[in-house]
Formats: sequence, C-alpha cells, structure tokens
Amino acid sequence: MSEPRLIEISPVTRVEGHGKVTIHLNRDNQVDEARLHVVEFRGFERFIRGRLYWEVPVIVQRLCGICPVSHHLAGAKAMDQIVGVDVLPPTAEKMRRLMHYGQVMQSHVLHFFHLAAPDLLFGFEAPAERRNIFEVLREQPELGRRAVLMRQFGQEIIEATAGKKIHGTGAIPGGINRNLPIAVRDRFLSRIAEMETWALEALAIARNYTLDHAELVADFGSFPSSHMSLVRDDGALDLYHGSLRAIDSSGGVIFDHLDYNGYHKVLVEDVRSWSYMKFPFIRALGAERGWYRVGPLSRMNTASFIDTPLADAAHRELRAVTGGAPNNSTLTSHWARMIEVVHCVEKIRELLHDPDLQGSDLVARGERRFEGIGVIEAPRGNLIHHYKVDENDQITYCNLIVSTTHNNEGMNRAVKDVAVKHLSGRDKITEGMLNQVEVAIRAYDPCLSCATHALGQMPLQVELLDAEGQLVDRATRGA
Amino acid sequence: MTDAAFTLTIDGTVVAAKPGQTIMEAADAAGIYIPRLCDHQGLRHQGGCRVCTVKAAGRSVAACTQPAAPGLAVENETPHLHALRRDLVEMLFHEGNHLCPICEASGNCELQAMAYRLGMIEPSKFPYLEPTRPVDASHPDIALDTNRCISCGRCIRASEDVDGKGVFGYVGRGIHRRVAVDGADLAHTDAALSDHAVSADVCPVGCIIRKREGFRVPIGERDFDHHLIGETIAEKRR
Ligand code: SF4
Ligand code: SF4
Ligand code: FES
Repeated sequence: MSEPRLIEISPVTRVEGHGKVTIHLNRDNQVDEARLHVVEFRGFERFIRGRLYWEVPVIVQRLCGICPVSHHLAGAKAMDQIVGVDVLPPTAEKMRRLMHYGQVMQSHVLHFFHLAAPDLLFGFEAPAERRNIFEVLREQPELGRRAVLMRQFGQEIIEATAGKKIHGTGAIPGGINRNLPIAVRDRFLSRIAEMETWALEALAIARNYTLDHAELVADFGSFPSSHMSLVRDDGALDLYHGSLRAIDSSGGVIFDHLDYNGYHKVLVEDVRSWSYMKFPFIRALGAERGWYRVGPLSRMNTASFIDTPLADAAHRELRAVTGGAPNNSTLTSHWARMIEVVHCVEKIRELLHDPDLQGSDLVARGERRFEGIGVIEAPRGNLIHHYKVDENDQITYCNLIVSTTHNNEGMNRAVKDVAVKHLSGRDKITEGMLNQVEVAIRAYDPCLSCATHALGQMPLQVELLDAEGQLVDRATRGA
Repeated sequence: MTDAAFTLTIDGTVVAAKPGQTIMEAADAAGIYIPRLCDHQGLRHQGGCRVCTVKAAGRSVAACTQPAAPGLAVENETPHLHALRRDLVEMLFHEGNHLCPICEASGNCELQAMAYRLGMIEPSKFPYLEPTRPVDASHPDIALDTNRCISCGRCIRASEDVDGKGVFGYVGRGIHRRVAVDGADLAHTDAALSDHAVSADVCPVGCIIRKREGFRVPIGERDFDHHLIGETIAEKRR
C-alpha cells in the first residue's frame, strides 16, 4: 500500500492570476478531493476597510484587470443605496447602462477573437501552433480588423461615459458625473450600423460552428449544473439591473424575482480553510447539490427572452437546440457571448437615440443608509458587491462575490471528475489529463490570466508529490 | 532702503522687481514660473519644500523666501535644478502612500501636476517607505487622509494666520515630522468648512478633502487635465 500523495497542477501565470490545482489521493491511490486555489482577491476586502465610501467605485476597479468597469458599476450601485437612492435620474442610469454595454461588448469581442476564433475557425483538431490569434490574423485579416475596431468602439463608449478607457470615474454615488454631448453621440451613431453588421457576422460564425459540430459540442466539457443571473422583472435578459433568478439543470425554477438585497438568504458562502475564495451554494438545494454556474451561457438559460429583436431571435434559436431545456454545454458559450454582443450593440443604438443622455440631472440624494448592495451581470457572470459604512462615511465591511467565486464549487467538482477519470490508481500525469483539467476549468471561464490563453495552451504545471512532499512526477506545458 | 524699482535677471531675461519682493514674486509678476509646492498665495512663506530652489549668484536658495536684489543673476530652468526638483518631488511620493488612480485629488493635485511637469515617469530611484497612516474621517464635513500629506504646512499657516484657530500643527521632528490636528481628531477641533485652512484650495494634495464630493468633477474638467501646472503664470508673459 502506498502513502497518500499530493498532485499539484499550477497554471504558470505571468500577470494577474495565480491558480493552482492540487489533487489529493488517498493511500489506495483513489482521488479524495480536487482543489483549485485562487488567490486573486486576497486582501482586497480588508484593504477597502477604513476608506471613504465615495472612493469605492474607483478603488474597486483595481480588483481586476479584466473587467474593471463591472466592478466600478457594481460598487457604484452599492453606494447608491448608501446615499439613499433607489432610482437614479434617467440620465445617470442610461449613461451607466451605456458604459456597461460598451464594456460587455469589448470584453466579449476580445474573448471571442483571442480565445474562441482560433478554435472556431481551425477546429480543435488543428495543431496547437495553428490555433492562435496570429494565425487568425494571417488567414482572416478582415475578421481581425473588425475585432479590433469593435473592441475600440466599446472602449470609446467606456471613455465617453467614464472619462477614461480604464480606471475612469464616471459612476459616483447616486448618479454619474457627466452626460453625453451631441457631438460625441453622433460620432458613435455614425458607426453603429457597421457594428451591428459585424456583430451579426460574428454571431453567425459562433452559431454555425456550434450547430455544425453538434456532437463535439454536446460532449466536450458539458457539465449539467444549476444557473443563476439577474433578469428583468418580466424575465428579460438585463445585464445592468434586475432581480435574481436561479434554475436547475433541467430548467426547474429554484428561486425567482428575488430582490438582490436578500442574496444571502438564498446563497450560503461556504469557507474552506485552504482557500481565500468562498464556495457559495444555493441554500434550498444544500451544500451537496447547491452549486451553480453564472455567465453568458447561464444568462441564456435563465432569461425568458431578450428585449432587442436581433438578439432575441438568436436566443430563441439557441434555446431550440436543447428543446428549451437549459443548455449545459460549454462550447455553446461562444454562441451565447455573441448573442450578447448583438444585444449590446442594439442597446447602445437605442440609448444613443435617447435624448436623456444629454440631460443635466446627474445625481440624486436620499436619506443616508449604512448598508449597500450592488449586483450586476459582468461579462463573466453575476457580480455582487456588499458594503457597510459607518456614520463617519468609512467602510467597515465588504463582501464580494465575483463570477469566478460563484463558479468556484463547480470548477472544483469538474476538476475532481477529471482526476477521478484519469488518475485513480495511476501515478503518471498524462497529456490527456492536462487537456481535460484545462477544459474543466475553462468551462467556467474564470477570470484567471491563465485562462486567457487559447485552448490547449493554458500554461499548466502538474506536480506529483508523495506524502513527504517529494516530487515523484512533473508535467509542464506552456510557461 | 529705497522704494525704487530695480531689475534682476532670470535665466538671462531682465525682470523688474520692487524692494521687499521675493525672487518668486518678481518672477511671477514677469510671467516666469518657478516650480513650488509649499508656497501659496495669501499665506506667509515657509520655505519648506525646496522645490522652488534656484541658483542666485551661484548659491542654491529657495525662491519663495529669498529677497530679490538688484542685478541678481538667477538660474531657474537648468538641467541641474530640474533634476534636483524632480528628486525632491519623487521623494514626496515615496514618503507617503500616493495611489493616484484611486485618489479623488487626481487631476486637481499640485504634487501630481508637478510630477507631470517635471517629467517624473516611473518613480524608481528611492525606496517606498509605505508608512501606515490613519484616515481621520471623524468630522462631519472634512476628512484627513494623511497618507497623502506632504507636510507643506499650508493648512497650518492658513489656520494660524487666516482663521486664527490653530487647528493644525506639526508634531515630531526630521523625517518623522507630521501634520496633526490640535485635539483627539478633527471632530474635536473647531475646524469648520468655512475655514480657509480646510477649504479645498489650500491643501495641494488629496489630504484635506471635503467629504462626499470626490469624483464629482469628470475627467477632462479637472484643473490640470488640459494644462501644466504653472502655465497660468507663464501665460502672463505673452
Ligand atoms: S495626493 Fe496627489 S499625488 Fe497623492 S495620490 Fe492623490 S493625486 Fe496622487
Ligand atoms: S494636510 Fe495638506 S496642506 Fe496640510 S501639510 Fe499636509 S499636504 Fe500640506
Ligand atoms: S515653494 Fe519655496 S520652499 Fe516650498
């Protein structure tokens, strides 16, 4: 009988993210547990304590290099409650929405182009050297050019609403600090038709791929799970505001129309000694069955419809693939993302035609409160910001649930499934297992920088250690 | 002393001056900008930050306190002085905790603007001291984030000389010298929003701040979004 051993899989990361997978085997070489270690948000909830509440929307952008605008807006929504404002002046709400649609659009376009396009255009069968952005640019220069221009459009929307492309200041407690001058509006309007055409073309690429590869899509990283997101009161997709809806893997409603101020009534945030990241689960389903996913695919599953015609038609088509039941196949998220890009473009167009964007009533004030919660649908999924503020205006408490946290339990389980399948009873790490671990993590699109490499290129290091911590085997990919 | 006006030169330009004027005052009147941080119009000169260092008759002096004198040859914009000033400003960044992207003074801050003017791109030469300093938010209208204090003493002079209250004062010596309030915290002083010392314009950085107003001015409309610090003085020359 062998000693218990520890296998470590460390995505070797260069920028923000550090993730590490450890797989714990028991003495009989059976997988006991899989742990994905994420340290991104370490310390932040503490750092913010003592800071002044109006700084929150600006400070929280430092949390994440990938979607700072989502944190900016979630933080601002929480601070709206602190200054006693439940309904913003129309100009403020619409400027923030414009900012958000610009952000989701640019983030999804980046994701599509860098991560999805190589696979969608060349197929997973193509050698890894071929499946990268440079090959896409070489073979499809026009597609590359459009991706750059679409992303730029989204970033310019952010700049026009927040003041800067990154780390702007637009949203302030109770409102916004600027409106949209006519001249700026007209500059965007002159490009919007082109954006729509390109968004629809990108949508077609994602849709056709998904439908043409039905078999691969069905079994590649398909993880049945519950899904949660904000939806508008009438059930429509709403990326900026709404109430919480959760459904199980077969579409049964777990909760609906839930005021997000009561998120902690339906979600339990489990803590494990080995991780800084919490493990939320849905209270009603319990710790064993209560895990769920968030993100574009989840939103396609939770939303009853989309309130813009082009995206709505695409949404109906996506839902038809599974006969209206939730779609649990990871590869379908590319399609979901492109539907959201179309939706964002339609929404941006609608907003640009709205004279409220030139309004001058920018900030509201109400009776000061001591607790504030802001929830938004970020590109990668639901995002919850929760603060308490004392009578001196200083933050005393902060709780964040980012999309990667929502997905935490799901990711750990998916990695464990892979480990059970590939490892138990063996002590060699195979390339096949690396690929499967990667697919499992990627299914949840975590905001780890390691996950921003093209499929098959996620830098991974696998270490096999015995009970004394001695290295038995090591497999490394990427760097 | 006579009241007769006289002239001196600054970087070779002949500048008129009156008796009792400092080099900086004469320069200002002539539309020549000498960088400064602790000096502030309407407050007594302190000569503390040394950012205004010029060479006068070969000696390094603080332009904000050194009297102008007939025939004096002053050097202001020289590479040597520029580097010296930049070092001083750089040290101010390293001494406190300045996270400009999250600071509400960003764009309105004289320290930040000075850093831009002096071309401080990537502060690297000096170690970051990363002091642990408190935020005093006890007052209903004003907060004090001493992480960003550069000990310029403007608040002290304004409070003593203009408001006659002495809300602020220095404690400690040398590198440990800090600005502190006269009392347990700001709430226990008789500071009021109407005081000159706590008004938004006396503190050059984001240390004394008016509560609940941060980030209300959008990027693009802040003091230094479109021009360098000192430009308004230099404009007089045209
Ligand atoms: S006080 Fe000025 S230099 Fe310091 S962080 Fe704020 S903006 Fe930057
Ligand atoms: S609080 Fe402001 S004005 Fe007072 S010494 Fe510090 S930096 Fe200068
Ligand atoms: S401005 Fe002259 S010493 Fe500070």
